[in-house]
Amino acid sequence: MDISIIIFLLGGLFLGWSLGANDAANVFGTAVGTRMVRFKTAAIICSIFVILGAIISGAGTTETLGKLGAINALPGAFAACIAAGISVYLMTKAGLPVSTTQAIVGAIVGWNLYTGSATNIKVLITILGTWVLCPVIAGLIAMGFFTFTKNFILKRKLHILRLDAYTRTALLLAGAFGAYSLGANNIANVMGVFVPISPFTDISISSFFVFSSKEQLFLLGGLAIAVGVFTYSKKVMFTVGNDLLKMSPVAAFIVVISHSIVLFLFASQGISNFLQSINLPSIPLVPVSSSQAVVGAVIGIGLLKGGKEVQWSIAGRITIGWFTLPVISALISIILLFILSNIFNLTVSF
Amino acid sequence: MFGLKSSSLFSDTKKLEREIDGFVDILSEVGLVFKSIVPTYLNHSANGKFDEMVEKVKEMESKADKITKEVEHTLYEETLIPDARSDVLRLLEHMDELIGMYQGNCYHFSIQKPNFPKEFHEDLIELTETVVNCVEALCLTVRSFFRDIKSVRDNGHKVTFYEKESDIKFSALARRIFDSELPLDQKMHLRYFVEKIDRICDQAEDIADEVQIYAIKRSV
Repeated sequence: MDISIIIFLLGGLFLGWSLGANDAANVFGTAVGTRMVRFKTAAIICSIFVILGAIISGAGTTETLGKLGAINALPGAFAACIAAGISVYLMTKAGLPVSTTQAIVGAIVGWNLYTGSATNIKVLITILGTWVLCPVIAGLIAMGFFTFTKNFILKRKLHILRLDAYTRTALLLAGAFGAYSLGANNIANVMGVFVPISPFTDISISSFFVFSSKEQLFLLGGLAIAVGVFTYSKKVMFTVGNDLLKMSPVAAFIVVISHSIVLFLFASQGISNFLQSINLPSIPLVPVSSSQAVVGAVIGIGLLKGGKEVQWSIAGRITIGWFTLPVISALISIILLFILSNIFNLTVSF
Repeated sequence: MFGLKSSSLFSDTKKLEREIDGFVDILSEVGLVFKSIVPTYLNHSANGKFDEMVEKVKEMESKADKITKEVEHTLYEETLIPDARSDVLRLLEHMDELIGMYQGNCYHFSIQKPNFPKEFHEDLIELTETVVNCVEALCLTVRSFFRDIKSVRDNGHKVTFYEKESDIKFSALARRIFDSELPLDQKMHLRYFVEKIDRICDQAEDIADEVQIYAIKRSV
């Protein structure tokens, strides 16, 4: 493999690392922050299930991202990933929980603008629409789960210690599901731009199993996410778990499961096909933001408690961040593409 | 896997549940023994039985101490209930103090042998019964904190009710003692005992207030 290909892929791996460090914290942050699950346990489960989700169910959202703009040259994909990674880093520095999803979409649109490629407006509107829908759905799911769980606990009169044991188990299962959904939904952000120009070839192991080039890319991306989880997510997990909102372990579980369901809904080809088969509108397979899902779920629980505990000024700042991030990412993408094509004389599109 | 072996998570939990239940049982039983100890003491003819009962309270107090240490150890070692751990341990410690107060009263009766004239017996027994009822209501409050958080407030209210009753009975008895023709030193001595018994209720009420705060913190 050409050394330049490896260098360009590093852009995606960098973005994968930042996804592992930031977005993965949303999955286990509340569990680790409330000290219900140890970091090491969370990191191992998160890494395994992110990789599984990416390889098994990552194709759907990748296809949508590809429709937004098919970056057809490796230096272009590299610029998009680095732009997304830098913008996520900047927003994280500013203390705003953002996701690689918004960043990569901005970066792709930046590539479209720079190269004069058409942006599929319909797909763009679908993606932007899901960004509004995602926190709303997460909030509604959290409200439903919260009400049900609260009544269930009160009715069953579980001992505080028994409840603790059940909550720990539930947090681990929900976290594993969340990590799987994150891998399935967000691998497109990390490796999606490389799919049309994958440097890998399919590997056949006997006649039954083919490890496609796309799956190899996703495995690589999944590993980068896992490295991000192990090396940098601990601090972020404690921030998410302790600073966002003081939560009980049960509320922490509800946030994780709501977030996981939303990510799964927007990544599941099976559910989408099923809804179509019974003549219902299908769910668009779009990479959604795990931060949006978590914030939506937290606000949902806060609203159920009367809304007083919700820090609305912070919620407003976070929302502004969600809209600023893609713009910043697009601008950085354009600047990087300019540098690559004019200073390094690299082809950023065909 | 969870900070403790996953296979033992549920068995450890059940063991701890039993220990905490057992601890509350001890508090309740000590109260019931104390309820019998006062009339037994006042009835001088049964002093052998009185000593037996004091010994029983001492044994139960040691058992409660042992359970407190075990629960504390397990909760910290296995990092269980991280959000409520300090509240639970403080609660057990304060309930242990309550058992200690019962025991202290028994010892004081045994060592100082206060001379209560017959005219005060009935009032003293009534005060003791109210105090024990108050602690019984506290036991219910604590049990509901662990299992049925919705009932904490109702049971806590009963503790407050008995505490007020006890205050009234204490004041009436103390007044009667000081209005009597007894020498001042005896009056002071009897007042000391009546006050010490009444203090059990004050401590029970403080604990019930604490539990109600813990319950608010525990709400999902």
